[in-house]
Amino acid sequence: MTTEAAVAQKASGVDTAASFKRHMSLSTSPEKWKKWKEGYWEKYLDLPLPRNRDEYWRFSKRIDFDLGSYQIPEAPSDEEIEEALCKSDLVGNCSAKFVFVDNHLVYREEIEEDLAKKGVVFLPLVEALEEQPELVEKYLFQESTDLGSDKFHALHNAYSEGGYLLYVPKNVEIESPFAAYHWQSTNGAALFPHVLIVGDRNSQFGVVDVHQSLREDSEGFSCAVGNVFAEDGAKISRKSIQNYNPQCISFQLDTNNVDRDTTVRAINVNLGSRRARFENEVRINGAGADVKLYSLTVAENNQEFDQRTLQIHNAPNSVSDLLYKNALMDTSRTIFSGLIKVAKDAQQTDAYQTNRNLLLNDTAQANSLPGLEIEANDVKCSHGATTGQLDREELFYFLQRGISKRVAQQLMVFGFFEEVIEQFDNDELEESLRGLIRAKFAKKQLDAITPKPEPSSHD
Amino acid sequence: MSQTQAFDIDREKGNFRYDVKYQYDAGTGLNEDTIDYISKAKSEEEWINAFRKRALKVFNKLPMPTHWASKDLENIIFEKIRYYLSQGQMPSRSWDDVPDEVKQTFERLGIPEQERKFLAGVEAQFDSEAAYSHMQESLEKDGVIFVGSSEGLKKYPEIFKKFFGKVIPTNDNKFSALNSAVFSGGSFIYVPPGVKVRQPLQAYFRINAESFGQFERTLIIADEGSEVTYMEGCTAPKFETSTLHSAVVELVALKGAKIQYITVQNWSNNVFNLVTKRAWAEEEAEVKWIDCNIGSRLTMKYPGVVLKGRKARGEVISIALANDGQHQDTGAKMVHQADETTSNIISKSISVGKGRSTYRGLVHMPDHLKGCKNNTECDALLINTNSRTDTYPAINVQGNGNSVQHEASVSKVSAEQIFYMMQRGLSEGAAMSLAVNGFVNDLVRQFPMEYSVELKRLIDMEMEGSVG
Repeated sequence: MTTEAAVAQKASGVDTAASFKRHMSLSTSPEKWKKWKEGYWEKYLDLPLPRNRDEYWRFSKRIDFDLGSYQIPEAPSDEEIEEALCKSDLVGNCSAKFVFVDNHLVYREEIEEDLAKKGVVFLPLVEALEEQPELVEKYLFQESTDLGSDKFHALHNAYSEGGYLLYVPKNVEIESPFAAYHWQSTNGAALFPHVLIVGDRNSQFGVVDVHQSLREDSEGFSCAVGNVFAEDGAKISRKSIQNYNPQCISFQLDTNNVDRDTTVRAINVNLGSRRARFENEVRINGAGADVKLYSLTVAENNQEFDQRTLQIHNAPNSVSDLLYKNALMDTSRTIFSGLIKVAKDAQQTDAYQTNRNLLLNDTAQANSLPGLEIEANDVKCSHGATTGQLDREELFYFLQRGISKRVAQQLMVFGFFEEVIEQFDNDELEESLRGLIRAKFAKKQLDAITPKPEPSSHD
Repeated sequence: MSQTQAFDIDREKGNFRYDVKYQYDAGTGLNEDTIDYISKAKSEEEWINAFRKRALKVFNKLPMPTHWASKDLENIIFEKIRYYLSQGQMPSRSWDDVPDEVKQTFERLGIPEQERKFLAGVEAQFDSEAAYSHMQESLEKDGVIFVGSSEGLKKYPEIFKKFFGKVIPTNDNKFSALNSAVFSGGSFIYVPPGVKVRQPLQAYFRINAESFGQFERTLIIADEGSEVTYMEGCTAPKFETSTLHSAVVELVALKGAKIQYITVQNWSNNVFNLVTKRAWAEEEAEVKWIDCNIGSRLTMKYPGVVLKGRKARGEVISIALANDGQHQDTGAKMVHQADETTSNIISKSISVGKGRSTYRGLVHMPDHLKGCKNNTECDALLINTNSRTDTYPAINVQGNGNSVQHEASVSKVSAEQIFYMMQRGLSEGAAMSLAVNGFVNDLVRQFPMEYSVELKRLIDMEMEGSVG
């Protein structure tokens, strides 16, 4: 890129007033939302960039990217659309499907008529603003983030028009999942996918979100926000896969608002981006809720995965269980920072938090900050964090049976992942994921193994 | 400022406190004059005075760590604290020389006679200075040095200056800087190579004056292959205004040495107890902190071990009990800096009534290390519905064959246990007490006999009336 072009590009960076003004002039949002977006733009300008000194950014690398080098992308070309459509095949059998390229909706597979008749709403955000004002009023953009990325959250709210609204009414049960593909394509594109999922009382359904890059070499910035609302008795499972190319910066800021007797699953697979920050907050506001959070991260080269979670129990008799597994290669880093907060009245809470880190090379770095804040006394809460290597004994067992070291190591690593992968509960998706993960291991030399037990020298 | 101020004591408050005529009193507030006063009273060398003044600048510059720590810290009013009070400089060598008021205090604490028989050395600190110190002759013969900090710096500079302020630098945190500026009292111990001190050395710390800040400084050096155990106990009467205790404790375990440091902290619950404790462990050395916090209003204390030499080992055993109006913010730090170093942290906390206990930990293993191990276990017990507990560990691991495991759990005393004991004729309170003592029993057993008995008694007392 010539210097001139670079300057021109900078001038239209998402952090400039010109860029926001242009976005507003093109926006088709109702007046009310425009005002609201302007409010967030102001908030974005007011907030400082996070620093490492901030408790929620402990162990993270300094912010080493410049928002000015990313722009709101133009509509994608026909070739890009065609390519994206071909590749949007991770979930075969789905209730409905959206494909977005660079924030623009390029393909929609509508919901079946009988679902529409029952009142199911699956709409791109821009249309939802017009067509479903009541739902939008009640749920949209109600959420904030409490985990440190407020500035990026404000930027997201100021710009976000990509993404969708899914509403499943009372007592409606849907077997096949809803799927949405969010593609990043243009070099320097800034993406703001917004996902709003509402399950009304006793509804039951699943959603799959896939974040990927079309090109291997295009830089990009994505700040995705996902808000799940589970009303009394709803059963919602949300699976999300982040596999941007290693030039991208990714933020995913999720919240789950959970009411009485609900069952909520949030399963995340994190593979891509140069640095990816994932914030997930669960607020249990009703008794008898059952929430499970799973995550699987495979980090290689100099990737950094920064995961911050919050499990808030405001109501009694609920369960939340978190399992985050990280496998680290090369000079990659992971940070897991999780907090369980149990309020005074949330008696009989069961809350667990487990972080397992597998160091596959000596140069990788795993950081854990598991936390508990408990104000009720009749609770069962625990957290565990371990960091270690592949077990020498297990490896020896494989070798003894004639399996090569390389194959044995891979088998052991895949075994480590299986606990999370099987939670996807969808054979086709599981197989696709295994393929994606295997690709990351294709050329790797794994050298970290637990040391030989030596004759005990300590008394 | 350097004038002795009118001494105003309300005799109505706290029966366990004596009207002492202080020979030296630096007055309230802290500035360079206060430091000059302390230096003059102690007739210190110029370099110590300069060290103190540098520390004061650092103290004034550093912010309160309230971005992560309790906001209660803001209630410390540094201008209202008295930084130096003393009756005289040299500690009495014989029990008979100790002034009567001070003697009465210590007799109530139970240091004299009977315990002198068992404990190798006893030093008792009353407000700023050591009031009494005694050490068995056989130890003196072996070359063991056990003196107050001022005496140590004066008499044995070649030994203590080398490590003084090195394990915990002045700018480590705001309170270590404060201590460096106004430190007084505390113990300096040196154990020569190969000497194994069989019986524990012991110190008592007592705050007697209102609005007083106690800033003792302890440095223990265990030379190659030596072994030493040190125990400290602390108390203070209850005053209306808050009192500050901010100690710095540095341990140095040279090659193959073993240090065990035992604290039973039972400050009254108006004391801010903000203590920095850290150890160096060189090759094959072992440092073990046994830390028990029962008293104080707010304790912030995270004993640490820097594992500097191959196969060094660090251990922290911690018990905390937080009752109404108390916040026990305790934990441990293990910094691995050499191959095959191992560390172990076991922390048990009990929150009673509106008490709050917090575990904060750090385990650090950088990438050039091989074969390091850490194990951390934190268990919390919540007694009442409004009790609170928090756990905030930080674990940072890289390197070859390093492994870390951390586990924490929170529970309450099970209703079945209490029912079982009551069925057998125990009152509910006694049953509760027994259950709590059972919870910490495996840790208490690691304490020396006198202390474990004392600890059980303290827990029984704290548990009184907590049921219902």
